[in-house]
Amino acid sequence: MKIHEFQAKELLKGYGIPIQDGVTIEDIGQAEAAVDQVNKELGAEQYVVKAQIHAGGRGKGGGVKFSTTREAALENIQNILGMTLITHQTGPEGREVKKVMVAEALDIKQEFYAAITLDRSKGMDVFMVSSEGGMEIEEVAKESPEKIVKEAIRPGFGLRSFQARNLALALGLEGSAAKQAIGIFQKLYQLYRELDCSIVEINPLIVTDQGNVVALDAKINFDDNALYLHSDVAAMRDLDEEDPSEVEAAKYNLNYIKLDGTVGCMVNGAGLAMATMDVIEQVGGSPANFLDVGGGANVETVKNGFRIILSDPNVKAVLINIFGGIVRCDRIANGIIEAVKVLDLNVPVVVRLAGTNAEVAKELLANSDVSLISADSFADAAQKVVEAARG
Amino acid sequence: MSILVNKDSKIIVQGITGSEGTFHATQCLEYGGNVVGGVTPGKGGQTALEGKVPVFNSCKEAREEVGANVSLIFVPPPFAADAIMEAAAAGIELIVCITEGIPVAQMVEVKAFVDTTGSRFIGPNCPGILTPDEAKVGIMPGFIAKKGTVGLISKSGTLTYEAAHQLGAEGLGQTTCIGIGGDPIIGTTMLDLLKMFEADPDTEAIIMIGEIGGSMEIEAAQYAKENVSKPVIGFIAGQTAPPGRRMGHAGAIVSGADESAAAKKKLMAECGIIVVESPADIGKTVREALNK
Repeated sequence: MKIHEFQAKELLKGYGIPIQDGVTIEDIGQAEAAVDQVNKELGAEQYVVKAQIHAGGRGKGGGVKFSTTREAALENIQNILGMTLITHQTGPEGREVKKVMVAEALDIKQEFYAAITLDRSKGMDVFMVSSEGGMEIEEVAKESPEKIVKEAIRPGFGLRSFQARNLALALGLEGSAAKQAIGIFQKLYQLYRELDCSIVEINPLIVTDQGNVVALDAKINFDDNALYLHSDVAAMRDLDEEDPSEVEAAKYNLNYIKLDGTVGCMVNGAGLAMATMDVIEQVGGSPANFLDVGGGANVETVKNGFRIILSDPNVKAVLINIFGGIVRCDRIANGIIEAVKVLDLNVPVVVRLAGTNAEVAKELLANSDVSLISADSFADAAQKVVEAARG
Repeated sequence: MSILVNKDSKIIVQGITGSEGTFHATQCLEYGGNVVGGVTPGKGGQTALEGKVPVFNSCKEAREEVGANVSLIFVPPPFAADAIMEAAAAGIELIVCITEGIPVAQMVEVKAFVDTTGSRFIGPNCPGILTPDEAKVGIMPGFIAKKGTVGLISKSGTLTYEAAHQLGAEGLGQTTCIGIGGDPIIGTTMLDLLKMFEADPDTEAIIMIGEIGGSMEIEAAQYAKENVSKPVIGFIAGQTAPPGRRMGHAGAIVSGADESAAAKKKLMAECGIIVVESPADIGKTVREALNK
């Protein structure tokens, strides 16, 4: 699960990590009060207006504006709130900005990168810092990997003091700044661990002209499997940032991801679902979605799956690819027949059922009065649905 | 021959009295596997599966009383990490965890813990292991596989069934099928199993079904280049997956350039793996490789 910058900063603040503070608003009517509050409470005379969306690259997309006066800040809020922000992470359609943070502007002497995440191949968490603050870490990793310094965190031992010192030293920090950074690294790890984060990232972590080490931006993602342990974290979820059809699907335990093609897919199992999308593309079509109906597919899941797939107006045909293991194909077939009857189906549906009771299922479909295109193999199914989508 | 499990494996099921545990333990028993008992703390002394097997309070008891050496875990997520460590501490040689949704931080500790024991751990969030005609330790439907000469390693459940199904259509069967799971932290990697299949005299070809995310397929392919004499057929699911989106499995997410399907397939091909472009061609490709 992702959260906004302003929420991530609240968490950092709660752990005693100095942040670039500010006020976040959703309504343009709150703009003047917000700027005045930042001026009075934080002593700021210059401001940064920052779009709050769940995507990186906001600055390049025009969603972060430095403002030297109160008037400039108000104008920037006016421009950013409600804009459609396009970054390399939002896709070409962009994302509407529904929240804006007005933050104090700080004088930056130095910028660094600091993050903790899981190193899958090592099976342990890793703390990474880089002197290339403010840059995309992927680019740094590609261009100058020697500038990323890592400390592996051994399970059961946590981040040790010497490791935090090593990280500060690697950034060339000395004296008070080094001491502050070491404290920040330790607190950051504590937060990462206690809240079951999948990534915490401060980019940039800055040293101000006054010598203070401060988190200027923050990104935190959480392990979905652990959200049951943290109801306060789960409450920070912002459904405005998620695709409504994906949110709807999740209610029925369906794993749905919307894409921009024309062939709707309903499949059991994540691997088979991805593979089905792949074959559709290989035979010249384009998948409209990823949909894993899971191991317990029944009439209800098939119905809801159909409803969600068909809510996408781009869908021109649907492929159902089910490999029955524990799930019996005859049950799926009944689900399809029932769903087609109750839903007003106006696109062709290709069905491929294999595995447990597949033969019985095929007979059920053949003898029903619903109109479906039956396919035998994986390849056959993909071919037929792509043809059907072309019309 | 086979790897990991066979007809002599003495299997216990942790969480045998729960509905999932009861259902699948029954299936494993009906398949012909040697299910010797179950573990549910607090229910020791009772029986399960309609009186067919004893229930123990702990893995240690099960090991001592009936000589269990394989454990299959269906314990719910909040308790699963502990169950895995309990099995490892009791000296169970092979631990297979089916449970989905264990917090990643807990799995990091579990993996470190199991590594200090002599146990081998498969999963979590996986379909388990099937050695055709001998034993099933997991949730794969028994009928999909038949005895043969192909070793099958997969991150995905239903794609394993699909591959076994296609092999069947080509008249081929499997020595052992293993679903390793698609989570970010898993107990046994493709590389580990590749080594075992290479050492197994009855295995003549190996299928590795991977997906986007992580670098496990690459590590296995690089090893295979120098050290595996048998043909290795590889497939990577998710060429159409958009970067940064989690495709069902927690680990199936492209978070770096090297984790995309195209990048992995390219590297695998460079290491001499026979890369299948379309998942519909897995069976056919194995047949061709074996005919060479």
